[in-house]
Formats: sequence, structure tokens, C-alpha cells
Amino acid sequence: MSCAIVFCEAGPEGMIEASLRTAGLARRLADELVLCGRELPGVAAEQARQAGARRLVSLAVPGYAPRGIARALWQLAERLGASAVLAAGTDHGNEILAHLGALSDEEMVANCLAVERRGEGYVVTRQRWGGSLLEEAHLEARRALLTVAAEAVAPASSPEPEPVGEESFEPSLDPADLSVTASEQREQAAGVSLASARVVVSGGRGVGGPEGFGVIEEIAEMLGGAVGVSRVVTSLGWRPHREQVGQTGTKVTPELYLACGISGAIQHLAGCQSAKTMVAINTDPEAPIMSRADYAVIGDLAEVLPALRDALAERLRRQ
Amino acid sequence: MDLLVCLKRVPMVGGRIGLLPSERQIDTAMLGFTVSPHEECAVEEAVRIVESQGGQVTVLTLGPPEAAEQLRDAVAVGASRCLLLEAGGKEWGPMATARAIAAAAEQAGPFDLILFGNEAADTADFQVGVRVAHLLGRPVATGIKSLSVESGAVTARREYRGVEESFVLQLPAVVSVKEGINLPRYPSLPGRMRAKKAVIETLSPAYSEEGLSMERLVVPKVERRRAAVLGEGREAVGELVDLLEQLGILA
Ligand SMILES: Cc1cc2nc3c(=O)[nH]c(=O)nc-3n(C[C@H](O)[C@H](O)[C@H](O)COP(=O)(O)OP(=O)(O)OC[C@H]3O[C@@H](n4cnc5c(N)ncnc54)[C@H](O)[C@@H]3O)c2cc1C
Ligand SMILES: Nc1ncnc2c1ncn2[C@@H]1O[C@H](COP(=O)(O)O)[C@@H](O)[C@H]1O
Repeated sequence: MSCAIVFCEAGPEGMIEASLRTAGLARRLADELVLCGRELPGVAAEQARQAGARRLVSLAVPGYAPRGIARALWQLAERLGASAVLAAGTDHGNEILAHLGALSDEEMVANCLAVERRGEGYVVTRQRWGGSLLEEAHLEARRALLTVAAEAVAPASSPEPEPVGEESFEPSLDPADLSVTASEQREQAAGVSLASARVVVSGGRGVGGPEGFGVIEEIAEMLGGAVGVSRVVTSLGWRPHREQVGQTGTKVTPELYLACGISGAIQHLAGCQSAKTMVAINTDPEAPIMSRADYAVIGDLAEVLPALRDALAERLRRQ
Repeated sequence: MDLLVCLKRVPMVGGRIGLLPSERQIDTAMLGFTVSPHEECAVEEAVRIVESQGGQVTVLTLGPPEAAEQLRDAVAVGASRCLLLEAGGKEWGPMATARAIAAAAEQAGPFDLILFGNEAADTADFQVGVRVAHLLGRPVATGIKSLSVESGAVTARREYRGVEESFVLQLPAVVSVKEGINLPRYPSLPGRMRAKKAVIETLSPAYSEEGLSMERLVVPKVERRRAAVLGEGREAVGELVDLLEQLGILA
């Protein structure tokens, strides 16, 4: 019997969607699926059952200590003879599996979209360039260590969920495994979060300067959305980096992405290509964004945006 | 403080990515080269630390001889020593890369702090920094958005799912950073002059294969569409608002 272990992240509401999708992919790689995590809430057992897991293991690691968690995963994998260890390709997932790869001196393959057995090894498809390019590769490894680009993997639920055994696992850790442990402080949420906004109104170099963002903010607010920007805008210091959308910024998945004065570089699109509808406003009808946007207004932002703000205000007043 | 910053030369792709017929490499014939924005920020962070505390910034790359250009770019904004690890025309995986960097850091160091980008712009393996830390037996933190150095330790902070996480690492340490940690400066004229004259020290690390072998690169199928033009200038605004209404955005 082969077994695949998935390290799952959880909050008080349960295991996160990205971890559950990772479990869906992992289930196809081995006979038995084992989920594990730290500080798992009560609902995790039912989530694990729905995901088709047979065991749910709670890792006794005090605090978020990436190396300590990796050590625990390694010991659990050895104990169970696991053929694969997976995590969602989040900041935590990639960090923990990198530590696991380093501890055990094995390959770690980041941000996989698809994985299949081939002979003794695996064929993996993974993201490069923030998802703008894919790589197909062959992995030959005693144990596959993988993170999964969960936002690009469909959710899967188990056909016939069976009962889940719950247990806890006490790893034996070195002091060095815990020397880097996070002190955590919950942040005050301010406004609509960019990553989860339903509407993103984004400005690029075409906005012309920091003043030009006043009207973008007004439109975003009227639509209940968040402001996004391109890298040029943050590099010039017009807006803070936390608003940047793209490969080295935030990935957004809104219903509407309104791209104002943004050319559509591949690294920018890497962050907004999952938008349901994209509308571009640009003076250049040949800008690359035009082959990704659904709709376009050809024109100068200085003219279009104030008119849009006024028209929206008018329409919203009438509603 | 002696700092080392690791940089990877990558093609500067723009509107779309073209592949060579082998499907194993990006067609770079018409492209310039750069490093990841994360790595640019790592250089800036190192230079700021040296400006406030003294010391020097060494930059390192494993790549082709042309990657000296990326080292010089870093000198133009304040780095002073350059190490080029010759890749010898091979594709290096993250394990071999980490071994080469760790060996070079021991040979050319000691370094109090080694900075990386969170992930390389092209391969995005998310691991070279962590592996180097393990090989050197040092503490490491990744994805860092704020760093402060004080009496033999660094405090490194980042935000994750609405929680601020902060880590204290005793020096010598390894940190990988993300864009946004600072706003990198532009090169000055004297900086550019220094860059031209910078000496590039070269090393020839030993190559080794890995269990992950690339078969081909694929440009993902995205719907190429032609945006439907709603209109031009101010005249198009009425159409746009109607569209938003149809999409249910105004509800
Ligand atoms: C490794 C790497 C990672 C990167 N990561 C990111 C990232 O995360 N996010 C990101 O955004 N970029 C990223 N970039 C940078 C990216 O390649 C582009 O340089 C950047 O996205 C361009 O920003 P822009 O569209 O605002 O500017 P430009 O490309 O200069 O485009 C400006 C657009 O505005 C239009 N315009 C000008 N004036 C007006 C006007 N008055 N009215 C209407 N339209 C007007 C122009 O026609 C043009 O289309 C990255 C690059 C690299 C190499
Ligand atoms: N060939 C290389 N030369 C120098 N530094 C590198 C190289 N490859 C990766 N790095 C460093 O390691 C970081 C993480 O890379 P990766 O693990 O490949 O995503 C990069 O941001 C660089 O700082």
C-alpha cells in the first residue's frame, strides 16, 4: 500500500480551500491519503473525510516553525513509508516543503498543476514565470515532494467518503528546528482586500502620476472594489507595493478587472488572468492587453475616467 | 556587516513568450535581460544595511559569462564585489545551484547575512535560499517584507493571510525577500562608472544532475480574443456603464 501525505493549513473555520484541492490531486497518486496539519479545528475531520482521506494526523509542533514542521513531516513520512508529500503552493506550503527537501536532500517541485505516475517516477506539469509558462518534466525520486498551484487545480471531492482515523504525532525535534518560530499578530483589516475583491480597478503608467489615482479610488469605492496597480506604478513610487497585481505582486480573481492605462505585460497578466471579465481603457488599440481583455474603451484616461465616475454616480443615485 | 546577495539572470519578456523550436528554452533573440524584482529589492536592502552599519555588499550569480551584466547593474546601485559562478552552458537545478552557492559563500566569505529573492523569475523553484541555509547550518526566513538588523540578530517580518509573522534570526543568517520590502534606487552616474570598472571574480563550481528533468516548456493555452471595442473616449462611457450593469457589478 502506498501512501501520500498532504500538509494542510487551517484556520478556526477549517482547512483552507487550497489544501483541500491539493488533497484532491494527492489522492490520485497513492492508495491511501493522509492529511496532517497543526492546530486543526474540529471540522477538519469531516473535511478530511469528504476529501477521501483515511487518516488525519495532528502534528505537535509548538508554533509556526517551518523547519520544525518539515522535520515532523519527514518523520511522519518515514513512519508511514509515504511515497509522496504535498502541500498547497502558498507561502507557507512552499517554505515548508523547501525545508523538507533540504532536510532530506531530496528534490522539491514547486507549483505543480498536474502529476501522474510514469513507471517508477512521475510526469509533472508545473508553473514557471508565475504561471505565464508551463514546464513538463520527469521526476525520478524515492519520495515526491510537491507543492500544488491550487488556484489552478479543480476542487475534487471523494466519491465514497469513509470514516477517518484521527491521531496525533509527536515528532522529535532539535532545538535548531524551533529556533526560527513566528511570533504572530493579527492585522487590522483595512478596506476591501485586493486578493479577494469582487471588482479591481487597476491603474498603470497611463494614469500619469499619483494624482491620477484619486478618480480610480473613487470608482473602486463606488463599485465596492479595490485599487490595483502595475509594477511601473509602484516602482515610480506613485502607489504602495501592496496594491501591485502580477507575478511579483498579488494574484486577483475578481468578477471585473478594469485595467486603466496598463499595457498588459505577461508579468502583469499573470496576476489577473483569472478575472471573469476584463475591460481595458487605453489610448493604444494595439496594446497587448487588447488580446486578453473582453471589452475595451479606446481613449485618454484623463477624459474617460472622470466621465465614468460621473456617469456611475448618476446611475447609482437613480437606483 | 558583510552581505552576499544572489541574483539570477533571466530574459525580460514583455507582451508574450516565444519558445525556441526545441521547446526547451525561451527565444531570447529580441530580449534584454534582468533579474527578478525580488532580487533587485534584496540588493537595495543589503546596500541600505551597509549604508547604516558599514561593511560591504557582494553579489553573486550562477550563469553564463553574460550574467556579469546583472552583477554590474548591482554595482551601479551600491554593491562592491562580484562573483560569477560559471554554469558552463548547463541547466542547473535548485539543488546543484544551492550547493554551488553554499560552497562559494564559504570560499569567498564569511558573510554575516545572505539575501535571496523569494523565488527566481523564471523557474520559480521557491527553495534555493532555504537549501543554502541548511547546507551552511544557518537559520533562514523566506518571503520577508521588512528587515531590521540589531546587535547580532535580524528581525524579519512578513504578512500571511491577515497575520503579521515576525522571526528573529541570530547572525549569520539567510533571508529571502519579496518585492515591496523597499523601493530600489536608480543607479547614479558615479555608480554607473564604478559598474564599468568592477572586477568580476569567477569560480567554476561542480555540476550535478537532479532527479527532475525538464521535457518541454509549454505556453499555456489562453483564449486569444480581440477585445470588443465599446467606443472611443468620453462617448463610450454610457456603453461601459450599461455593461457593468449587465454584468451585475452595480447591484
Ligand atoms: C520578473 C518580472 C516580474 C514582474 N512582475 C510584475 C508584476 O507583478 N506586476 C506588473 O504589473 N508588472 C510586473 N513586471 C513588469 C512588467 O514587465 C511591465 O513592465 C509592467 O507591467 C508595465 O506596466 P504598465 O502597463 O503600467 O506600463 P507600460 O507598459 O508603460 O504601459 C502603459 C500603458 O498605458 C497606456 N497609456 C499611456 N497614456 C495613456 C492615457 N493617457 N490614457 C490611456 N492609456 C494610456 C499606453 O498605451 C500603454 O499601453 C515584472 C517584470 C519582470 C521582468
Ligand atoms: N543561478 C542562480 N544564481 C544566483 N542566484 C540564484 C540562482 N538561482 C536562484 N538563485 C537565488 O535563489 C532565489 C530563489 O530561487 P528559486 O529557488 O530557483 O526560486 C532567487 O531569487 C535567487 O536569489
